[in-house]
Amino acid sequence: MPLNIRTYHELTERDRSDLPAQITAQRRRVADRLATVRRVVAVLSGKGGVGKSFVTAGLARGLARSGQASGVLDADFNGPTIPALLSLPVARCTLHEDGIAPAVSAEGVRCFSMALLLEDGRPLAFRGPETEGHVWRETLEAATLREFLADVAWGTLDELLVDLPPGVQRFQELAELLPAPPAVLAVTIPTPESRDAVRRALRAASDLKATPLGVVENMVGGPFAGSAADEIAAEFGIPVLARVPFHPSDDVWESVVSKVGSSL
Amino acid sequence: MRFLCVECDRQMQFEERRLPGDGTLAAAFRCPTCGRVVALLTNPMETQLVASLGVKIGGTTLPPQPMETVRGMVTTGRDDAFEDGKGETGKGNGFSPAWSPEAQERLARVPGFVRGMVKRIYLDYAKDRGIAEITPAVMDTARGELGLEGM
Repeated sequence: MPLNIRTYHELTERDRSDLPAQITAQRRRVADRLATVRRVVAVLSGKGGVGKSFVTAGLARGLARSGQASGVLDADFNGPTIPALLSLPVARCTLHEDGIAPAVSAEGVRCFSMALLLEDGRPLAFRGPETEGHVWRETLEAATLREFLADVAWGTLDELLVDLPPGVQRFQELAELLPAPPAVLAVTIPTPESRDAVRRALRAASDLKATPLGVVENMVGGPFAGSAADEIAAEFGIPVLARVPFHPSDDVWESVVSKVGSSL
Repeated sequence: MRFLCVECDRQMQFEERRLPGDGTLAAAFRCPTCGRVVALLTNPMETQLVASLGVKIGGTTLPPQPMETVRGMVTTGRDDAFEDGKGETGKGNGFSPAWSPEAQERLARVPGFVRGMVKRIYLDYAKDRGIAEITPAVMDTARGELGLEGM
């Protein structure tokens, strides 16, 4: 005689754990925090070494100088560089009733990064079992992203730029956490190899209903040959927002901001 | 994750949680009809996976601390990464439980990166329950009740 066992969804009584409600509350904290942020912009490429962080920091500084309230969430937890690019000293993070105060650059860019928390020269390491870390590590990094979004007192912002690590996984986690899909700014270098990686990343972003704002071509005029930005722009029907040379001056970022401004 | 008493066809209710400190977790669930109790025992990897989600089996009575998961799980954080700002006094006002010397000693052994949060959680727990002095026993009870693995 088989046992009569109801399925998970047939059980309707609440219990103290109520894990789905705990997850819902986490999402609500993210939404509440970002209610004063006009737009979240994910800066992605799918490729490492194309200068996402460099472009993110330059754009954030330019936006701040143009009078917009900008912030940067450094979502590259294993290779955080945004504080250094914004010339932020490592200092204590202050806890307030409202959350953790972001660091603020000389131009007024608000920033939060794992680099502000880690011991100098040490990698990001989590407490946990010594084996099979792949099972839970990515989950912990997703939780870190959620807490960076929800627990930093970002305040009122015109743009919160999210500097993503290479690949698309962090972007997918971001899209799941936000109340609405983020806008996307793609960064590439001119080469066909970069083009192919960025195409894949932009396709993944489009699949998640994210709005691609345009593509920035970085490291232009140097040793990298190709026309990646033009090809990506044609394929996705988006503008080439800027071509950034090696060692751009502040003037270059002002120009980038003016071109990007209408898209942001 | 739910538990069903098949014989009574009733969803079992969370009863008690224990964290032995070796990375494992024990959570007891009781059938509201027949009173039968079963225990969920998780190995360290399963415990870690639940903790990674930022949820607690059995729930919690205290609101989440800012960056609770990051501060509780990162082992390479700077000791002085966080500082309390003005008005950051924790839950409630006025009454503040005392710390026994043994509890202070134990708190001092907590890594600096997470110590401020741990201290505040124990203070909130004690205030919530009108406990006048925080002792190691209170800390042990709070750890189990609040699911503070490793704190």
